[in-house]
Amino acid sequence: MANKVLMKGNEAIAEAAIRVGCRHYFGYPITPQTELAAYMAKRMPKIGGTFLQAESEIAAINMVYGVAGTGRRVMTSSSSPGVSLKQEGISYIAGSDLPCLIVNVQRGGPGLGGIQPSQSDYFQATKGGGHGDYHLIVLAPSSVQEMADMTSLAFDLADKYLMPAMLLADGTVGQMMEPVVLPEERPVEFTEKEWAVTGTKTARPHHIVNSLYLVPEELEKKNFARYERYAEVEKNEVRYESFMMEDAEYCVVAFGIAARVSKNAVAAARAEGVKVGLIRPITLWPFPKKALAEAADKVKGFLSVELSMGQMIEDVKLAIECRRPVELCRRAGGMIPSPDEVLEGIKKLQGGRA
Amino acid sequence: MVVFDKPKSLTDAELHYCPGCTHGIIHRLVAEAIDALGIEGKAIGVAPVGCAVMAYNYFACDMVEAAHGRAPAVATGIKRSLPDNIVFTYQGDGDLASIGMAETVHAATRNENITVIFVNNAIYGMTGGQMAPTSLPGQVTQTSPYGRDVKTAGYPVKIAELLSALDGPEFIARVAVNNVKNVRNAKKVIQKAFENQIAGKGFSLVEVISSCPTNWGMTPQNALNWVEEKMIPYYPLGIYKDKSAEKEGEAK
Repeated sequence: MANKVLMKGNEAIAEAAIRVGCRHYFGYPITPQTELAAYMAKRMPKIGGTFLQAESEIAAINMVYGVAGTGRRVMTSSSSPGVSLKQEGISYIAGSDLPCLIVNVQRGGPGLGGIQPSQSDYFQATKGGGHGDYHLIVLAPSSVQEMADMTSLAFDLADKYLMPAMLLADGTVGQMMEPVVLPEERPVEFTEKEWAVTGTKTARPHHIVNSLYLVPEELEKKNFARYERYAEVEKNEVRYESFMMEDAEYCVVAFGIAARVSKNAVAAARAEGVKVGLIRPITLWPFPKKALAEAADKVKGFLSVELSMGQMIEDVKLAIECRRPVELCRRAGGMIPSPDEVLEGIKKLQGGRA
Repeated sequence: MVVFDKPKSLTDAELHYCPGCTHGIIHRLVAEAIDALGIEGKAIGVAPVGCAVMAYNYFACDMVEAAHGRAPAVATGIKRSLPDNIVFTYQGDGDLASIGMAETVHAATRNENITVIFVNNAIYGMTGGQMAPTSLPGQVTQTSPYGRDVKTAGYPVKIAELLSALDGPEFIARVAVNNVKNVRNAKKVIQKAFENQIAGKGFSLVEVISSCPTNWGMTPQNALNWVEEKMIPYYPLGIYKDKSAEKEGEAK
């Protein structure tokens, strides 16, 4: 039987990453992801890995780019303001079709914002974030267990589809301690990738890791090819949790910590006889459009619960093509909605225009 | 008998550099060093943003194209992943001494075991001749049309002097390629910067004073004269730091 250990979410990410073969970590101090870097600083030197505290977030993501180009597993972590700084590098990594893991333990913004939990980097994470046409695979953990599981999944998906993956966590899941079963230790994989820069050994033509294409026809072709891969991701990798949706007349949509709060509200509403369920997107990109569209066939209305001024709500509306009313329950700036606030939202929906 | 041949470490791709530009010479010197040391098969180069942006097409070894100024960080990642490979960056003055200053200084202070070729031609060439961090006082460029005014634009950055003040780096030198004597010396120094990496000694940077006839608005010959008369006096050539040699000196 697998052992359960008590860990902070940030630490669970670090240990899971090591167990699935990541031996290179680059970061820059920022709250509230501090424990992750500290854990890596302790562990990496003992197992022949790299922990490097870079001079900036910008340098850290470019170090990630360097390792990714050699075909090895590599990651960085930060929190909102730091992830903004990484956007240039993320765009280059996406434009060079390289896999890597970026962890964003979100805090309130904009600007320096605060250090309390938030989900207000949803747009940045799911719509690209940096310049150019690209997507990241975005996973939204809602427990310490998922911090570990999704770290493993994110690496695998990034490798499979040759694109960066992001764990879009928040300060709550990062800081909370919960029992977790860590992934099994995997051997570190050193198989040479056919695209990686590892030295030609003068036995093959040189490999070039690059995102520059000055001939527009070529650049367009690259973009089209990338989006064909994205279409595969959208077809194969959508993940979500459906909670009490079988007979639901109303649907709450929430991810991460907001979903955990919402589950309590759903249970409370059910106790009062309100038939409400929850769809929790686990992949924010690709977004569970089909699940929501199908829900729209059955329910009278939706409630998007977010730790932001309302960002995911746009994707909910798009997914259901505005066929049902979509209300918003939001807290921002590091505040978390209480189950009562979500319950109130559900009731408003019930008494509303539906 | 072959007395003149193209280095194996250069591809057959046609260089895009302007007539009279010294990038061609510097590419050749780097390739000759790689050939001489027999490291083409394990060399990995990092190209900059700037005139040398397409250097990845010219060097026959594996290559990575970095974002503007980030080459030392990218090279750090590559070297940490593949410590037995030989990793070098090839960067211009805007790339290395302006937007990438933090990456440059920190790779140096970590004594990252990489080789940095820094081409200083005192101007942004690729974008059409703007003032560079290394443009000389009074130098006329597109963005200093009345000459670089040190009162508002500050003074040129002397990279070799600046980095050699750090405890970290192994080797910092400045060379030029404006005449045969200087080219021959540059070749030796560039090769030394690669030898240091092979020996695991650490960060080795060679600043190469270069010319830009197109954006300086000069004939190639006059540009080389300008290097001799204006640039070298401001940027004196020499070995600025050589930690191993210093240690040997102490031992004696």
